[in-house]
Order: sequence, then C-alpha cells, then structure tokens
Amino acid sequence: MYEFKYHRPETVRQAANLLVKNEDAKLIAGGHTLVPVMKQRLASPPHLVDLSHIEGLNGIEMKGRSLVIGATAKHAEVANSAIVGEAIPALAELAGMIGDPAVRHRGTIGGSLANNDPTADYPAAVLALDATIVTNKRRLKAEEYFQGLFTTALEADEIITKVMFPLPKKAAYVKFRNQASRYALVGVFVAKRPSDVRVAVTGAGSDGVFRVTSFEEALKKRFSHKVLDGLTVPADGLNSDLHGSAEYRAHLIGVLARRAVEAATAKG
Amino acid sequence: MAKISMIVNGNPVNANVDPRTLLVQFLRENLRLTGTHVGCDTSQCGACVVHLDGKAVKSCTTLAVMADGHEVRTIEGLAADGAPLHPMQEAFREHHGLQCGFCTPGMIMTAVDLVHRKGHELSDEVIREELEGNLCRCTGYQNIVASISAGAKAMAKSDLA
Repeated sequence: MYEFKYHRPETVRQAANLLVKNEDAKLIAGGHTLVPVMKQRLASPPHLVDLSHIEGLNGIEMKGRSLVIGATAKHAEVANSAIVGEAIPALAELAGMIGDPAVRHRGTIGGSLANNDPTADYPAAVLALDATIVTNKRRLKAEEYFQGLFTTALEADEIITKVMFPLPKKAAYVKFRNQASRYALVGVFVAKRPSDVRVAVTGAGSDGVFRVTSFEEALKKRFSHKVLDGLTVPADGLNSDLHGSAEYRAHLIGVLARRAVEAATAKG
Repeated sequence: MAKISMIVNGNPVNANVDPRTLLVQFLRENLRLTGTHVGCDTSQCGACVVHLDGKAVKSCTTLAVMADGHEVRTIEGLAADGAPLHPMQEAFREHHGLQCGFCTPGMIMTAVDLVHRKGHELSDEVIREELEGNLCRCTGYQNIVASISAGAKAMAKSDLA
C-alpha cells in the first residue's frame, strides 16, 4: 500500500471540504473494498477521509412510507435490524448474504453503492425498489445514479448520506454465488410495487446492474413465476468470463427471476 | 504518522503509526501478538480474525487508525497466560479441530463471535454457514464443526466469555 494522509472529519460538511481541498482524496467507511484495492496498488489515493466517526450517518428508521438507511450502516446492522426485517425483509436477507460474517461487520451500504461493483448485491435492491440516493448535495433516483461499471453519478466532492427505499408490496432477492468469491455470479431482485413490478439483475451485465423490462411487463399483468415460462433474456451485453459464459448467465437470470417471484409470493 | 490508542486484550495501548499500517500488522509487529495470522492477505481466509468492539473482523482489511479509540481482542486475550484454556480453545483441542493450526486462531475468534451472536445451541448447518469466511486447508472442517458445537455448549458453563 502506498502512503496516504489520513483525515477524520466529524461532520459531512467537513468531509466534503476535505474532498474539495485534497484532489484525488477517497472516502473510507468500512474499507472492505478500498483497503484490498489499495493493498494491490490498484488505487493509491494520497488522502483518505474516514467517515466512520461522523455521528448519525448509520441510522436506520422509517420515515413516512420509506425505509431510510444511513450511508455508514453496516451490512450486519441492516441484516439484523428489526425495522428493516419488518419493512423490507428481502433487503435484510440480501444484506445477510453479502460476503461473510466478518465482512458484514465492516462493510457499509454507502460504500457498496459508491463503488458500484457490477457483482455487488445492493445495487439490485436499490434499482428494483426504485430507491433514492441522498447525498450532501441532492437526491438521485436509482436509474440516474448507476452509470456503468464502477461508475455512478456521484461528483468528486459528493457524499452519500442515506438511501431511501419506498416500501414494496412483495419483494425477494435470489443470488447464485460465485463459489470462491461469494459475489453474485447472477443476482435477481424482484419487487412488486403498488403501481408496477421491477426486476433488477446484478452480476450479469457487462455495464453493471440493469432491469429486465420484458419480465416486468409480464409480471405486472400477473405476479406469478408461471408468466415467465418461455421468456428469456438475450445473452448480448452480458458478461462472459472464466466463471460463466454470457449464455449461462442469461439462463440463470430466468431461473433466478422465477425463484425470486416464487419466494416473494410465498412470503404473502 | 498518526497517534492511536486502543484497548487490546484489556490493556491500554498507545502508538504512533504510519496510517497505512493494517490492524494485523500493528498487532503482530508493534505489539508482538503473533497469534493472529496473515493467511491470504485478501480478506478471504479468516486467519486474521480478531474482535473489534466485540465483533469478528478481518484485521488484514482494517487499518490500525480505524481501530483508534476502540477495543480489540485477539486469540491471546481469550484466556490468561498459564491459566486454563478458553472453552472454545479447549474444545478445539479435545475434538482435534486442527492439524497444522494456522487457521485456528481465526477459527476460534470467529466461533466465539458466533456464540455471542447466536447462542450456545448451534446446528451444524448454522456453524458451516457462519464459517463462510474462514478457510482450513487441512481438516476438511468436520472436526472444526464438532469443536465449535462443543465449545459453544461449554461456554454456557464457563466464566470466560
């Protein structure tokens, strides 16, 4: 790891000022992506701004009809939160499937979303649930937030402060894990919402998380896994690598979407 | 350099470290607590697991500066020197939960954290699921699972948490 200067702001404003003042500064919260990447010298930020001492940034609460999760809420906190379990159980389950117990004790929702790894779990939930990413500057809808591999709408001095999830009627997340890394080879989040159905896929797209509108339209007519019979996803634009071909991933999307709809339906 | 202070195994520790120092480096090289191991150095294998404020974390993926002001417990902190072993350590010995022993400190710290979170009656399924982030290249896990199951029960009757 290359040398860096370490900063520990106490407020989001201080953190934002540090980003403005120090070019190429990086934010760190749990560090479970950034530290490995720095160890491999794939990143060498000259400044690290530690968000973990900012109070009130990790809260979990209901606000009106939305579940609001603070940016530095750890995966284990989301997985074990009674509020999340009550409001969107599929989201708590998703958080409990990330990495392993030790990773879940450090990794944060804000970190995962800011990194936008194409195989991360949270982006699927954020896109399927049509969540709003709240930053120190503005509110971003999921659709405008995700902009491709490891790319988001965040500006250099912009900091995620919380994520707001409108409550779905039913939802489920099913993932097929890479056996070694435990990241999603393919993960499908299905959400039946008051006005529509959304199906978001992580792990498979060569451009990151995406929606399957053909599945959504069929499910909007009738929310049953049976309506997906015969529907397929084209392999174009899907990842092909040593873990699986694009065709294999396309097949998995169909299988996992059916399972997710079944799981969402079973929950009542 | 950054000034840090934390409680390690119940003792206050102060130091001046380069901010890029990993927690595991700090424990092993500064404090000479070499029971915590570096296996893969990529947060996969769990040989470096310690407790940070009572929760299992991978110390190879945690900066020492981020543990500043917090409490750390390592394998050395489970039982006092020369005193009887912690029940989870004893269970690993009793049930032959190790061969080369390299992964053992991480396995035991993960197991103790698991008992704190999920209690003393653990099914094999839960134990195996929870060992997701700990790799052993010798045992095939069978005896590790048996050790944790027994150790969890023994912890209920012990003064050592």
